[in-house]
Amino acid sequence: MFTSIYPQLIGLCAGTLLLTTALMVWRHSLLASIGLLAIQGVALAALVAVIGTTTGDTELLLVAVLVLVLKGAVLPFILARQSRATTRTVDESPRLNPTAALLTVAGLTILSYVVLGRLFMHTSTVTSHAAPIGLAMVLIGFLLLITRRRARSQLVGFLLLDNGIATVAFLTSGGVPLFLELGISLDVLLVVVILYVFAGRMHTKFGGTDVDTLRELHD
Amino acid sequence: MVYVLLAPLLLPALLAGLSLPPRFAPAARFTPIAASSVVLVCGIVLIVATSAGSALTVAGGVLRADALSAYVLAVIGAVGLVATWGGLNAVHTGHTAVPGGYDALLCVFLAAMSLAVVADNIGLMWAAVEATTIATAFLVGHHRTRKSLEAAWKYVILGSVGVAIALLGIVLIYAASQGHGAPTLSWLALTRTDLPLDPGLIRAGGALAVLGFATKAGLAPMHSWLPDAHSQAPAPVSALMSGVLLSVALYAILRIQAITNLVIGPDFLRIMLAIGGLLSLAVAAALLIRQRDYKRMLAYSSIEHMGLMALGVAIGGAAIPAVLLYILGHGLIKATLFLLAGRILAVEGTPLIGEVRGLLQRRPGLAIPWLIAMLALVGFPPFSIFFSEVSIALTGWATGMSIPVAIALALLLIIFASLTRLTVHMTLGAAPEPPSIRDRSGHGPRVPIILALTCAAVIGFLGQPVGAALVRAAGTLGGHN
Repeated sequence: MFTSIYPQLIGLCAGTLLLTTALMVWRHSLLASIGLLAIQGVALAALVAVIGTTTGDTELLLVAVLVLVLKGAVLPFILARQSRATTRTVDESPRLNPTAALLTVAGLTILSYVVLGRLFMHTSTVTSHAAPIGLAMVLIGFLLLITRRRARSQLVGFLLLDNGIATVAFLTSGGVPLFLELGISLDVLLVVVILYVFAGRMHTKFGGTDVDTLRELHD
Repeated sequence: MVYVLLAPLLLPALLAGLSLPPRFAPAARFTPIAASSVVLVCGIVLIVATSAGSALTVAGGVLRADALSAYVLAVIGAVGLVATWGGLNAVHTGHTAVPGGYDALLCVFLAAMSLAVVADNIGLMWAAVEATTIATAFLVGHHRTRKSLEAAWKYVILGSVGVAIALLGIVLIYAASQGHGAPTLSWLALTRTDLPLDPGLIRAGGALAVLGFATKAGLAPMHSWLPDAHSQAPAPVSALMSGVLLSVALYAILRIQAITNLVIGPDFLRIMLAIGGLLSLAVAAALLIRQRDYKRMLAYSSIEHMGLMALGVAIGGAAIPAVLLYILGHGLIKATLFLLAGRILAVEGTPLIGEVRGLLQRRPGLAIPWLIAMLALVGFPPFSIFFSEVSIALTGWATGMSIPVAIALALLLIIFASLTRLTVHMTLGAAPEPPSIRDRSGHGPRVPIILALTCAAVIGFLGQPVGAALVRAAGTLGGHN
């Protein structure tokens, strides 16, 4: 029974990932973005668990738990900790208005389907057909990094980028080996902690975390 | 022999842990020097051990040291020793929130660089390069000023995004290897000529991986973090980053190139690296003409030399030993220059070139090594950079890449003129008011500076030990280069 609904489950998880990505671009509020990141973490963990159960790979089930804990709980918690105090007062005004942003999201998704479709023409597994969603998440993560002004919103874009790479990894090759997955998760966690500390210092020194004020170093 | 492979990883990590407790605080200043010495000794031992063409493996093949790894490990140790020993008198401790944290982070940085070089698994190599971003993040922002915070933010964001692109590339390479049985990330397994890898995936994965590591190497157009990070970080940290971090990123590019050359041929990455190299030279030439800050001047010079090295990697074949010699020579000279720049900043109090005049008259103890090192940097013989640049140019001319080489030489001429003008402005000429006493002190340990400059002058001539090691190291990359 499980194998018959396997494509639908993969489609459900991949669709959730894409939906949360589009919502992240549309909603400007930082707390909403962090909540959407948490939902994305859960969907990614579910995706890994589905692949792991079908292929009978217990390592993948362990990785699913790791992803759930890290991306679904720990990282959103770290980001949300200080944001509560500052988000209500500061207004996020991204460079791209919502309509243009959503059109760009649609364009980037089509682009990733075209690009990865060519690469995966030879294989015909269900998972590789869903891989373009991972690439779309990476490109939209870049979009957020470029168009958002506040330091913590840029951090959300970076985490979206990382989620996209993880999605491509799991959908094209069943993930990377477990110890490497642990290393990558540790690296991402440390980078987020460092950027969180820097954003706090920026708030103290610059009176706000608008990255446009970082203009003193130039030629 | 197994311990020689594990020592450069475990001992610096141990020393990092030892720097933290307050009981060892007086000795904490020396832990980075000890860590670099360990790495250097292990590197030299491994060069000798791999001289027969064999490679050492440990932990089931996860760690593997062939001739290339051994050579780059020795480079890390040598440049690290110069940077940490020469930076000894600089007053850095006491700024950190955690006492001993500065020295601990330097040791962790050295351990991570060593891991990147001896890892056979390219995913582990990636994780180690990312770990160096993490280790240096707080080091770059050490001075806690607004400018260093801005530099540290840009450095971590751009570095992590670049490295994330490299991870996407490695994931695609892993997916390519899965099509035929056991998926693997081992460099040794991926470079076996009989492994049928999907060319489309390897092309995409290789391009993304090289793009990502090129960000860490400071190649244009992903270079914008480099001038800011190098100008704001403390001098020993800039010395280590310019000398070691950029070199290890180039090493990662060499490993990825070896994988892709077997599947899709050398032309694809050759074009990418040649464009990146020429763009870097152009950016450096444009921004050195009116440069105002001498630490940023050194940073743009690093971009210039990395561009030339990338061009050398693009030429491939007989230019690779020259590139490897270049890595060592550039590392030593740039570390010396950053250390001296830090000392000049400490005594003059200004980072601007326009405000430092007549150094040779006023402070010959600093100006004389500065002049000698700048001569070495712009490529004067007998220093090894001269031999590397000539060798790359001649090999490029002989293998049909004469147009890129011609453009590179024209840009080098512009850079040479700018650097000469800026150096003359700082050192020669009369001081604004004649000094009462000439400051002959070196403002810091002199021996590492002398050792570095002597080594850079001599290694170009040592055909037998050094040249043979370079050719062996280049040989491990396979004959398709």
